[in-house]
Parts: sequence; structure tokens; C-alpha cells
Amino acid sequence: MGTNPDSAAQRSRTLEKLTPYLFISPWILGFLAFTLGPLLFSLVMSFYDWPVVGERTFIGIENYEIMLTQDPLFWDSLWVTIKFGLFFVPFNIILGLLLAVLLNQRVIGSGIFRTIFYLPSVISGVALVTIWAWIYSHEYGILNFLLGLAGIEGPNWLGDPSWSLLAIVVASLWGLGGTMLILLTGLQSIPKELYEAAKISGVPAWARLLFITIPMLSPMLLFTFITSIIAAFQQLTIALLLTGGGPLESTYFFAMYIYDNAFKHFEMGFAAANSWVMFLIILALSLFVMKSSSAWVYYEGEMKNKENADG
Amino acid sequence: MAGVQINQLHKKFGDVPVLKGVDLEIADGEFVSFLGPSGCGKTTLLRSIAGLERIDAGAVTLGARDITTLQPAKRDIAMVFQNYALYPHMSVYKNLSFGLSLNGVPRREIEERVQNAARILQITELLKRRPKQLSGGQRQRVAIGRAIVRDPKLFLLDEPLSNLDAGLRVTMRVELANLHKRLGVTMIYVTHDQVEAMTLSNRVVVLDKGKVAQFGTPLELFYAPENLFVAGFIGSPKMNFLKVDARTVGARQIEISGQSLGLPITVDMRSELKESSAGQHTLGVRPDNIEFVSEADAHVHGQVVLVERLGTESQVHLTLDDGQQFTVITRGTHPVVANDRVHLRFPAQHCHIFNPEGEAIPRALDAETRSLIDRQKGSQQATGSGEDQ
Repeated sequence: MGTNPDSAAQRSRTLEKLTPYLFISPWILGFLAFTLGPLLFSLVMSFYDWPVVGERTFIGIENYEIMLTQDPLFWDSLWVTIKFGLFFVPFNIILGLLLAVLLNQRVIGSGIFRTIFYLPSVISGVALVTIWAWIYSHEYGILNFLLGLAGIEGPNWLGDPSWSLLAIVVASLWGLGGTMLILLTGLQSIPKELYEAAKISGVPAWARLLFITIPMLSPMLLFTFITSIIAAFQQLTIALLLTGGGPLESTYFFAMYIYDNAFKHFEMGFAAANSWVMFLIILALSLFVMKSSSAWVYYEGEMKNKENADG
Repeated sequence: MAGVQINQLHKKFGDVPVLKGVDLEIADGEFVSFLGPSGCGKTTLLRSIAGLERIDAGAVTLGARDITTLQPAKRDIAMVFQNYALYPHMSVYKNLSFGLSLNGVPRREIEERVQNAARILQITELLKRRPKQLSGGQRQRVAIGRAIVRDPKLFLLDEPLSNLDAGLRVTMRVELANLHKRLGVTMIYVTHDQVEAMTLSNRVVVLDKGKVAQFGTPLELFYAPENLFVAGFIGSPKMNFLKVDARTVGARQIEISGQSLGLPITVDMRSELKESSAGQHTLGVRPDNIEFVSEADAHVHGQVVLVERLGTESQVHLTLDDGQQFTVITRGTHPVVANDRVHLRFPAQHCHIFNPEGEAIPRALDAETRSLIDRQKGSQQATGSGEDQ
């Protein structure tokens, strides 16, 4: 009878520690099989010449070399994406915030307005693009028709390289309902007494927004900031369906570059390398934003131990 | 500094009237509490004075100025909120100075005012901290400090102590009383805690369903309640009530009798009775004014249900022969136990009589009580320097 009571106790302790992991194991398995696995697999692919059909050869970092030094489309598409992001991210957050502030007012029918503003976010991307194609159309578009009523001859929104990117920014801002909703929830969690105290102290409305609302909302702003950056880099559907990257590659996004390399040129290895570069860029930007956040984000629960309350 | 005058203030929330014609005159420098059960309108009344609620009718005057329609910031008031309402993302210093700096107060003066308030409230060491790093009592002090730096003519305090634990509440109560003495500014204090109201205030406004039930000094409310509501609300445990028949027997005397009362009681009234009383009245007697006596001398009889021993006193809960619940407070060592049959006597000088409309017929007070009430009134007049300007 060699059972040592100590080792039995140890075994039951180990089991106890394992139990929570057993409970989340379905998710872990799914994550390994469908997320982490393909991710690592794509990393491996990026070091291969990997056509869809045909022989796969290990070529080291050649994919990365070609991309960075020999393919101007890489830099062009990256630049388009960055320009898009420079418009999209601030507008998405600022307009989302303004809408949220408006919808947070206690007015009759605010529930209906909330629904209306969120509606575009539930419409499928294709329907959305179709609507915007009608709006922007050079020949029969409603936008140019309305401009015509005002005596202005509208440009060819989607056909003129100097307007096309802007047109896509506007179309993609249609989906800011999600941002608005997150910020609205944040607004509603700010105690109304803070505003009342400020009113009694004679703090004007703009200062209440700037010094109370925005700091109190900063965790949500940080979240929408990062998700907007990611959304900007992943922008594909609208441009692909509305302009197809044109005219003159003025709306040729980085995601579209990856898409073309993979599914038009069937260069899976090259596309995988593209994806990893995009991933690293997003990662770096997100890390940078997160690092900077300690300077401008206020967390309700934040409290350093050494400065703990003493009474 | 200034007194506050409120005339015929009405306020509805939707179709529900919350304030139904409130009239009040608060003297300059007075500490007044608004006391009442939940939903009586006390907080709404305070917020109306602050300008945070738009009123439907009536007028509010502060000093010589009609402030009825002014923005809260223009009213020369400061308010302390129940949950402190500190800006969590700002340091204590910023919390105190925020309003001032946006109103063009020079930096040096802000510094002076903040340091002064911090000294008064002993929070100088906390100025760099965030509200999260403070205890409940410290936060409360910061909230009061934010009111002090405004140097207002009127302080409004909305249940400022209700979020603190019992021990701290007593400490802060004393501090508030000292602060009022030190600043000498008019303060209005909303509370549902009658101990706070009774101990802090020069006078108390008892509100009932959006109306002023009585406005008087704490002892007036206790010894000379003007109606059934105040009589039942002030004092703990509650005053006992009994339905009786009343009859005027002399120029200043009423005799009460009835089925529940074994023996009639003759009560001396304060002033000559203008009209003779008749019909069903209500007798009110406080639990600590009831005596245990022999069966022959008793006004009512009953059976003890429960005895709560609190040390210095015992609270005896009993059911009278007619089925009514009664509470009697007796000395801590009284031998009474549950199921005892007991006989109670109501000393005539402790009987409150209320007419069928629920209004008190003022009873005669003994010399000691009267002088005590007069003294409290006197000190109230000394604090409040009378009419403003």
C-alpha cells in the first residue's frame, strides 16, 4: 500500500487548479484550432513561395524583401490606408461623440433617434455600398442632383482621384452607430450630480463637456480609438465594391492589396507576409496608443497601492 | 449672507404634484433642516431653491434678490450633494478650484480660498489626492470645501451624512455645527434623520406630502406639535394615539373620555378655547410619559407582547383591551415581562389633544418646558440676525 497521503492531497490540489481550465476548454480548443493555429500557419507560409497550385518552396525572408524594396504597390496602398485612417479615425470618434451627446439629451423620441442612427450599422455592407453607389453616381446620383439644385456642378465623386478617397471616408462613417452606442452608454454612466455641481459652480456647458464628460469618457474613447484604427486598416468592403481600388489606385487600400495578392495573383505566401506586416503595424499603433493612454485616460477603479486611502 | 423667503412654491413632476404651495421665511444666518419621510418633497424643495428644478409657480428670494428664474450659478449659493459629486478624475485641489478658475477668479485668490477652506476642514494634506484615495468622511469634507470656496450667501446640503457609517456621522454632525457657527452663513439641510435635524438646526421644517406641516424649533416640534403628522413623526418610538371623545369643561380645560378610556382625563389648555370641542378627537401620549399604575387608577389596560431591554430603559410593546398597539418606555430594571396584564395612566399634563381635522389644540406647558422652548427660540433669534438688510 504505497499511497502517500501527502501525494494524494497534492493530486487533489492539482485537480482543483485544473478544474477552471476544464470549464473553458471548449473555447481554448476552438481558439487553438481556428485562431492561433491559422495565425501561426500563416507566419510559416510567409516564408514560402506558396502558390495555390504548384510547388511550395522555402525562400526565407524574400517575400518581405520584395514587398519592402521592389513593390511600389505596397507603399502606395499603405499610404492610401494611412490617409484614410487620418480622416476616418478622428471623424468616427468626434462625430460619434457629438451624436452620443445629442442623443443623451432628454428629449421626446430620443429612443427613435437612437434606433435610426444605429440602423446603418446593422445593414449589410453590400446594401450599404449599393446605397452609396446611387448617392455618388456621376450620372444619376442624388448628391449631384441636390448640388445641381443649388447651382453647383458636383464632381465625379468616385471617378475623380481627388475625391474618391473622401467619398469612401464619408460612406464608411455611415457605420459610426457602433461608436456612438459605446459612447452613449459611457455618457449614461456619468453621475448627473457631477453636472449639477458644475452648474452650481458656474461651469459653462463647453467646459462641462471638455473637463467632465471627455475625461469621464476617456476609457471608452480609448477603446473606440483603437478599434477605429483597426477598422481603418481592415477597410476593404466599401472600397472593393464601390471603386474597386480605382481610379488610378487612389482608393487601393492595403487590405485590398493583400486580397489581390492572395486571390488574384494566387501568391499565398506573399499575401501571408503582407498580412503579417499589417498585423505588426496595427500592433505597434495599438501599443503606442495604449502607452500614451496613461497620460489621458482616467480609470474609475484605478488606485495605486502606495497612495491608498488611509482613513 | 442673507435670509431666504419662499412664497407659494408649486412643483409638479408630470401630473404628480410634489410641492403644493410651500411658504417659508428663513432668517439670515439660520440653520434650517427640511425633515420628512421619503417622497415628502424635501429634496425637490432644496433643488428648487438651488435652481436645479424649474418650479411651476411661486417665488424664491435670497436676501433682497428675487432668484426664482436665475441660473443656479447666478444665485450665490453652494450645494453639497448626498453622494458628494466630486469629480473623480481631478485632485482635491482641482475639485475645489475648478469652478473658480472657470469664472475668472485670479490664480492667487483661488490659491488663497482653497488653502483657507482646506485649513478650516483640515484637508490640507489631501489636496494632491484623488477622491478615490479618500475615506468617506474625507470626501464629505472635500464636498463641503467645494461649497466653502464659493463663499456663498446660502449653503444647501442634501442629506450629506447619509452615506457615512454611524460613528462618522456623529463626528461630522458636530463638525457641521461648528462650521455653521464659524461661517455664520445661512444653511439649509435636508435629512430624513430626525436626530440630525433636532441636534443641528435652529429650526426645522417638517414636510408632509409637499406641504409644510410645521416650521419651528426642535423642542417646539417635540413638545408642541401642531398636528397629528408632526406628533407622530417626531420622537422615537412614536407617540401613541387613541380615539377619544372631547368636551369643553372650563374656559381653558377639555375633558376627554370614551370607550377605550376607563377614567376621564381633564387637560389644561394653553389659551382660552374659542369654540367648544365635541365629537371624536385623538389623544396622543408619548411612550415615556405613560405610567404603570394599579388597576383602579388606570386609564387603559392591556397585555404585554414584548419587552425590549435597552439598558437605561425598557421598551414595552403591548396590546390594549380594544386591540390597539401601544408602546411604553419605562426604566431599564422594571420587572414587567411578556404576557403580563398591565394598567396604564396618562398624566394630564402630557396629553396632546387633536381635533377631528388632526390639528392640535395647544395644551398648557409646564414652566420648565416653556422656558426651555423660549431659550431655544432666543438663541435662534441671536444666530439669525433678524431680517436681512
